[in-house]
Amino acid sequence: MNFIRQRIDAIKKPFGKGQKWERFAPAVNAFDTFLFVPNHTTQKGAHIRDGVDLKRTMVTVIIALLPAFIYGVYNTGYQYFIQSGLAFTFWDAMLHGALKIMPMVAVSYGVGLAIEFAFAVYRGHEVNEGYLVTGLLVPMIMPVDIPLWMVGLSVAFAVFIAKEAFGGTGMNILNPALTARAFAFFAYPTYMSGNKVWVSEASNVDGISGETVLGSLAAGNDVSYSMFDMFVGAIPGSIAETSTLWVLVGAAILILTGVGSWRIMVGGVLGAAVTAFLFNFWGANALMSFDWTNHLIVGGFAFGVVFMATDPVSAAQTTKGKWIYGLLVGVFCILIRVFNPAYPEGVMLAILLMNVFAPTIDHYVVEGNIKRRKKRLNATLTPAT
Amino acid sequence: MSADITLRKGLTIPMSGIADLNISSADIADNFVIYPHDFHGVVPKMLLKEGEAVLQGQPIFYSKANPEIKFVSPVSGTLTTIERGAKRRIMSLSIAADGKDNAVAQKLENLDKLQAADVKKYLLESGCWPFVKQRPYDVIADPISTPKAIFISGFNTAPLAADVPFILSSQKEDFQNGIDVLAKLAPKVHLSVDASSVSFLNEVSNAEVHRFKGPHPAGNVGVQIHHIDPVNAGETVWVVGPADVARIGAFFSTGIFDASQMVTVVGPVVKSPTYFKSRIGAAVAPLLTQVGIDADGQIRVINGDSLSGVATHADGNLGFYNNTLTVLAEGNRYRMFGWLPFVGSKIFSMSRTSLSWLLPKRAYALNTNMNGEERALVVTGEMEQVLPMDIFPMQLLKECMVQNIEKMEGLGIYEVAPEDFALIDYASTSKIEAQAIVREALDLMIKEVG
Repeated sequence: MNFIRQRIDAIKKPFGKGQKWERFAPAVNAFDTFLFVPNHTTQKGAHIRDGVDLKRTMVTVIIALLPAFIYGVYNTGYQYFIQSGLAFTFWDAMLHGALKIMPMVAVSYGVGLAIEFAFAVYRGHEVNEGYLVTGLLVPMIMPVDIPLWMVGLSVAFAVFIAKEAFGGTGMNILNPALTARAFAFFAYPTYMSGNKVWVSEASNVDGISGETVLGSLAAGNDVSYSMFDMFVGAIPGSIAETSTLWVLVGAAILILTGVGSWRIMVGGVLGAAVTAFLFNFWGANALMSFDWTNHLIVGGFAFGVVFMATDPVSAAQTTKGKWIYGLLVGVFCILIRVFNPAYPEGVMLAILLMNVFAPTIDHYVVEGNIKRRKKRLNATLTPAT
Repeated sequence: MSADITLRKGLTIPMSGIADLNISSADIADNFVIYPHDFHGVVPKMLLKEGEAVLQGQPIFYSKANPEIKFVSPVSGTLTTIERGAKRRIMSLSIAADGKDNAVAQKLENLDKLQAADVKKYLLESGCWPFVKQRPYDVIADPISTPKAIFISGFNTAPLAADVPFILSSQKEDFQNGIDVLAKLAPKVHLSVDASSVSFLNEVSNAEVHRFKGPHPAGNVGVQIHHIDPVNAGETVWVVGPADVARIGAFFSTGIFDASQMVTVVGPVVKSPTYFKSRIGAAVAPLLTQVGIDADGQIRVINGDSLSGVATHADGNLGFYNNTLTVLAEGNRYRMFGWLPFVGSKIFSMSRTSLSWLLPKRAYALNTNMNGEERALVVTGEMEQVLPMDIFPMQLLKECMVQNIEKMEGLGIYEVAPEDFALIDYASTSKIEAQAIVREALDLMIKEVG
């Protein structure tokens, strides 16, 4: 370990204070701090600090994402082989999926991190770890056959416009990963919706077609999958959104470690469940009469509520605000699904919409606190008689 | 006695190296130092020159902004050096003790006959006034202000901090006397005690006793004020440390400035943590030798607790206010892949991304490593977890950073002191310096609002 440390210190020398490459120090530091927690000690304020840091927090989110990600890799191959009627083993499916998905992950990280590093150098701050999560999320919520250049372009749009334009990590209004998806969704709709995009090779091989559950419902067709399939995730859809089971495992990790807000998750599920339940009574179209329990396990709802809505930067930040925000994400998700057949996947738009309103929610919660304080002050100024 | 006040938010940091409840006799060296930075916001104006003789209790300097406030010598001897820093700011004043303890003695009338103005005058003259601090702003109280109440915290929940009833156990009369003195200055004196134990503090008269339950910072006087009678805009309250109440009491019974100071020397690298009866400004080196230090690298010696104390050196001196001297190992070491979750669980973490939460009984040898680097604020909700006040800490900190005075007022800047935000320093995932931000904001408020 000492040897590695000395090597790194030698490499870092030209990037030190007052040295030739000083302004590129953030880029080198990003790699260094990845290997080693720095030897920095407290200079002011509390002399002791908690063991947690942003890297650890973000890596915890990645760990929580992995079960759904791995299942997504498998499901990509599984859907392909089942649809094309070929015999296959578990590893065939994994391999097929990996060959499709790993390049997307590589492009997403490559493009995103390049922009993040460039901005860190330009602004002279350290590279924030937030993109480690975003970079994995983006491919997880894309259809499998989307061209790699579209992934790259969506990522670039999201990091530039949704994140860095607002000041970078911690300042963004919209969830960057969802912005990437929304960009692709509106810019290249033919690659992002319909019945030819959700299964690997569906657009090249005639025998393969696959519609998402919500897509077929919106088109007025029946659903041919069992509830068990929908829960486990053996259905077509964006790469890693299909399996409610493995998303729940991720949710358990997030809640147990305290990294994800359980309030937002519970709020979201409550909001969606109650809204869908009420629409069950109305039942004017196929999506309205779609059983409310099924609403919770199809499409990207579970994935969105667990991994997207809980993004602490774009979500509401106050405790009360988190409840309101979560509930409204759930309500709007079902509303969009039910009333707008053009966008059967409501959760993306619901979360983006609530991202925009999260600061408003917080504003009123905080304003309540300010009013309480003013009231207390006024009570002392006019003593009760 | 009012009902127990139970606080749920906060965090008691399980640090190793707490002292047993017994008092060792301290070796006291003859070099004493007063650090003017202990008195935040005070610009010292010297009354003595280098080389002049000084008595115990004799003023050495006064506050430029408020000449009535005098700062006295803890010992008799000679003022040897006035150490100045940048812009000729006085960094420290060294006094060589002559071992005679010649003290300025004042003749005081019976306390019963004294009026508030007389009490104030004696406190100012004797050098006891700097022990009276005020909220808002967490600075030495302005003698002209009229407090709506005086608050005393009878327990300390900071990591390894001195046990208040224990250090006062031989000064019960002085403490009661001090309460009686303070009761003359304000309509009400509030004393908060730890609800989980019973001590002589529960029996104190002339003060309203409140019982608090909960993790740190339940023992912070600011948190207690917030729950007993919060400070509104335009109001002032005074706070006095428990040991200083006894000091004031002792002065009013003897007429002599009592410079003795109980101090507990604690920390993970301290071999035998214990309590000492020492003096304000005494050298820490003999104390460190007595307890023994077990560290294989550099150490940090802190006047106060590890959350909001002030760093000094191994050859430095005790501060003006602290009853705790914490010694930590400097954490200037790299840890390979130390950021991985569930790795390095011997570093305590409030978050459950470390397995340390599975071992609630363990005591941790914390050091001064940052355990990460400063980042943008991403994680929400963790600040609220450690601040048991009806205040939105992150929103307040952000308004402090942009110096929006109106918003700061609205969000409760008058109710907080830096020490209340110490746990936010500690717990923050983004490693922000909340105490420094609050201190700067309070200084801005002093300048702009007064």
